[in-house]
Amino acid sequence: MTSLGGPATQPARPLIAVVDYGAGNLVSIDQALTTVGAEVVLARHPDDLAAADGLVVPGVGAAAPAMSRLAKRELVTAILDWIRTDRPYLGICLGLQLLFERSDEDGAETLGILAGRTSRLVDAPTLPHIGWNQVARRREHRLFDGIADGADFYFVHSYAGAPADDGDTVLAETDHGRPFVSAVARGALLGVQFHPERSGADGLRLLENFVAIVAAAAAASSTVARSA
Amino acid sequence: MLRHRVIPCLDVADGRVVKGTKFVDLVDEGDPPELAERYAREGADELVFLDITAAPERRGTLLDVVERTARRAFVPLTVGGGVRSVVEMRDVLRAGADKVSLNTAAVADPSLVSRCASRFGRQAVVVAIDARRRPPPSPGEEQTWEVVVKGGREPTGLDAADWAERIVDLGAGELLVTSIDRDGTASGFDTELLRSISSRVGVPVIASGGAAGPADFVAAVRDGRADAVLAASIFHRRIHSIADVKAAMADAGLPVRLVPAA
Repeated sequence: MTSLGGPATQPARPLIAVVDYGAGNLVSIDQALTTVGAEVVLARHPDDLAAADGLVVPGVGAAAPAMSRLAKRELVTAILDWIRTDRPYLGICLGLQLLFERSDEDGAETLGILAGRTSRLVDAPTLPHIGWNQVARRREHRLFDGIADGADFYFVHSYAGAPADDGDTVLAETDHGRPFVSAVARGALLGVQFHPERSGADGLRLLENFVAIVAAAAAASSTVARSA
Repeated sequence: MLRHRVIPCLDVADGRVVKGTKFVDLVDEGDPPELAERYAREGADELVFLDITAAPERRGTLLDVVERTARRAFVPLTVGGGVRSVVEMRDVLRAGADKVSLNTAAVADPSLVSRCASRFGRQAVVVAIDARRRPPPSPGEEQTWEVVVKGGREPTGLDAADWAERIVDLGAGELLVTSIDRDGTASGFDTELLRSISSRVGVPVIASGGAAGPADFVAAVRDGRADAVLAASIFHRRIHSIADVKAAMADAGLPVRLVPAA
């Protein structure tokens, strides 16, 4: 199993809310986050976010049904508020795609946090893009601490988000016919197109890094709260 | 660059890994999560559970096994065998599977594939095609294969390549192609069958049936144009390790994910 790194002074296990808005597999992400030191709560209602230090939006599939299920559970506004207050967010696969303005897959309007749209992979030799592929970094970030540049992660998708202002947001790219954006970061907003919870030791390390980011943010905000 | 996947397949009956010949003389081989974790550690890129539990009322055992596996092996898991409805597929995904493989049920009702794909996304829907060679063609005609179901016992009259194309149009995100002629014979994959299907579809094709050694995996990808390769007994019996197979593929210039020895 992975080593539980991070500073020795790390506080109690940070609480991470994993948004549950459908029928997909949440067991893997729950177990992976727990393994690397987080407490996990499955969030089915905005109230479930109240005590959380970090938010993970997982998911596979199409954008329109996902947006309508989020809306039904009143989670759209809650997620937008979360991101606008710059609290740690990790979008996985569809959870990254939803950050853009809309999806070409079904024309769905999505969260619109990042300028740009989700579109079908161009010149892909096979679709869906299923399997392990290399994640090449465009810049360094704590999310990839301890992970080799070009490490393999597990992908399963046909669409990917293309940020309009790509220079600042793009963290990593992956090639399947042509390069596409496979990781983004803007402040505490993070997103990966691959599935770290299904990507062996490197995937666990990435989630461990996210948990450390969440713990650091929680420690900083409790310091602010105490001094206020 | 996308890696070619090497996928061990585990037969699961009543919550235990079993092995036997064509569903008879089953021998208990252990706890599925434990074996799954071992394979993941040894470099498996994905795992397939084929549920061969005879009694439908014992399906709950499978869901428990899927969940315990998902909590121990952090690689993707596909579950095949016995899923006949959107609700059953939902239960298997909720238990911790990433994909479900449909076989007989897809032949009986092809609309099941579209319903599952629209509910869960096509990436979660694998269709397994079991194919048998038709009698050798007359000169000038192409070899064809027929889709068979129920472990090869029942012919369907469907042409395998036509069926592949149709089922992809309906929403299959991946095809698991098994040669019934080669399955269990250790005589190599049917690369012509694989080629006849991979040349007709744009989704990934997983080769299955007949693996004897690392050279067969290379042939399935190079000659059969398969994207991924699945095998059962050569891994279970430790005839070859996943690392052996991947080393041979890498030597042949095929991109694979190499996992450092634990």
